[in-house]
Amino acid sequence: MTSSTPPPAADLEKPGGHRHATEPDLAAIAATAPIEGGVGDYFRTYLQRVRSGDMGSLPAVAGLIVLVIVFWSLRSQFGSLANFSDLLKQSSPTIFIAMGLVFVLLLGEIDLAAGTAGGVCATLMARVSVGYGWSWPFAIGAALVAGLAIGLFTGTLCAKVRIPSFVVTLALFLAFQGVTLFIVLNGAGAHGNISITDNFITNLYNGQMDPWLGWVLAVLAIVSYALIKLQQVRSRSRAGLTAEPIPLVIIKVAALTAIAGLAVYLLNLNRGGTGGSQLINQGGKLVLVKPPALQGVPWVVLIMMFFFAVWTFVLTRTRYGRHIYATGGNTEAARRAGIRVDMIRISVFVISSFMAAVGGVLLASNTHSVDANTGGGNTLLLAVGAAVIGGTSLFGGRGRPADAIIGGFVVAVIANGMADLVQGNNRDSIQFIVTGAVLLLAAAVDALSRRRGGATGVG
Amino acid sequence: MTEPILALKGINKSFGPVHVLRGVDFSARVGEVTALVGDNGAGKSTLIKCVGGTYTIDSGEYHFEGNPVSVHSPRAASELGIEIVYQDLALCDNLDIVQNMFLGRENHRGLLLDEISMEKAAAGALKSLSVRTVSSVRQRVSSLSGGQRQTVAIAKSVLWQSKVVLLDEPTAALGVAQTAQVLDLVRRLADQGIAVVLISHNMIDVLQVADRIAVLYLGQMAATVDRKDVDQQQLVELITTGRTGSVGIQGNEATAGTV
Repeated sequence: MTSSTPPPAADLEKPGGHRHATEPDLAAIAATAPIEGGVGDYFRTYLQRVRSGDMGSLPAVAGLIVLVIVFWSLRSQFGSLANFSDLLKQSSPTIFIAMGLVFVLLLGEIDLAAGTAGGVCATLMARVSVGYGWSWPFAIGAALVAGLAIGLFTGTLCAKVRIPSFVVTLALFLAFQGVTLFIVLNGAGAHGNISITDNFITNLYNGQMDPWLGWVLAVLAIVSYALIKLQQVRSRSRAGLTAEPIPLVIIKVAALTAIAGLAVYLLNLNRGGTGGSQLINQGGKLVLVKPPALQGVPWVVLIMMFFFAVWTFVLTRTRYGRHIYATGGNTEAARRAGIRVDMIRISVFVISSFMAAVGGVLLASNTHSVDANTGGGNTLLLAVGAAVIGGTSLFGGRGRPADAIIGGFVVAVIANGMADLVQGNNRDSIQFIVTGAVLLLAAAVDALSRRRGGATGVG
Repeated sequence: MTEPILALKGINKSFGPVHVLRGVDFSARVGEVTALVGDNGAGKSTLIKCVGGTYTIDSGEYHFEGNPVSVHSPRAASELGIEIVYQDLALCDNLDIVQNMFLGRENHRGLLLDEISMEKAAAGALKSLSVRTVSSVRQRVSSLSGGQRQTVAIAKSVLWQSKVVLLDEPTAALGVAQTAQVLDLVRRLADQGIAVVLISHNMIDVLQVADRIAVLYLGQMAATVDRKDVDQQQLVELITTGRTGSVGIQGNEATAGTV
């Protein structure tokens, strides 16, 4: 705090002593809205916040950077354009499921069935698409509606029948594997392994948008972010409240511009390589014909950004989102405040299963097919891992959709980097062990920061 | 003397065979701090929960602003303007002060939360109580001390323009300095024209801040006395035996209650 800035309305002194410049300012650290001061104050406050144990996504971002550096230095292919695009795609199913799980985790609950629920939805989509010839809007719609229904069922069992979510979803985890198997083995069309022929569905994961569209969307995202930020600053300062300093807003917008611009630029380069080029005789002249360029931002990125924006809006700007945080922070307080805690609890399972359905659709789109294992295996654990690694607390009350994205990238980078690094028989085993270790590490960071937060009073 | 805003007459409440409240009279007046004291098991919490609508009274009259009312739920009580600040405060640690004060009653415009109006109103409520111990209304509650949390919970009742505020042991978990701050706040709350009921074990707190003192003894109202008419010795006697001198439950009644 600089001494030149006037104190805000209710400010003045701390009980039991005066402030020292070097001591962390608890009020600023724990603030959920802009604090007073300039960019320097924001930076210092951020450092203090991290030091006091409230690290948010910092460990995940730092881990991501370290992992990328390590894998890149060990294997130059890791940093290739094609692999960059692959990483974005590979992370997407995990990220979608994790985004839904964030809501469940915010209440301190767990949805162990999210992975297999996604499997049920994906196989349902494949069955009606391939077996019964439904067009893609209906096939995908069926998957999403199935997700909503599953969530309603799960949520009702947890909130109304009051079975612990761990037990409900563990039972459903098993049951849904059976449902998936049933759908795979029954009905019209192929049995066992259903190949998806609908181009739209397979393009969801595998397709990319035209390069110009990537630029348009990037500009749209940056401009809307800047406008929202400026609008906040304007309305807050007009109301006489502390607002973010304009230079900080400019820094943030510039950072977003740099990251989005670089990403779109790289993804718009031809990552197909020159392999497959051939010389052909064209009217007596030899011409080098290149294969069609493989370039453009993958569609999954757009879907990710869409859900990220929607869920972030819901959690931070609506009453419903506020009530989710309240219920996760102190259920009894939320209940006494008149919040319908049961409804909140059911709704988060609906969101979780819906996002699991989205993830399942992407899983199916990836492999162009579904089978009895779709959504099974470690699908769910990777998604839980992504949410927790990203900074969502397993104890409830703390988490953001952004955590799912950052954590999902970490998980994907590990899988992708390890896949080619370790060859031979032990490839899968080592990958499992490393991913498990990272998840444990993230959970430990979560538990420790919670404990430190309790000690310093900052959670 | 003004008419009490809250008046209970002949309240009875039983839980199965246990007759917890027996013909209790209790009242609270605007601008006054009424202390409700009594030993463990005297029925303080039961009485408070009857006022707040958590329990329904078996028999007796419940008057609010001179009119008979029936309060069957906490919601009915808060609609009348009766706010209870429970000992556990019911605050969400992960939310900030504004978010807690508006919990469940958020201002919104369409889908969007109206953060600016809420922040201003919350700051205004704290300011009206001359709260100086909270440096930012956007602080998360997890970073607040016990006294500051109590302050937030009390300020909530100012924000919502409650007419009667019942404080359940507000100083029980606080240190000396914070206790003084909270008692100060209790006084200012009454000065704002709110009827304050202070439930406390702490004799010193009660004598310091109360205008009137109601003493419960084994489910009966032993006495309701003006602060200036009693000293600590007499108050302790009232709490432990139900009588002191000519005040309190007379004759065999007191011992009859000890079955």
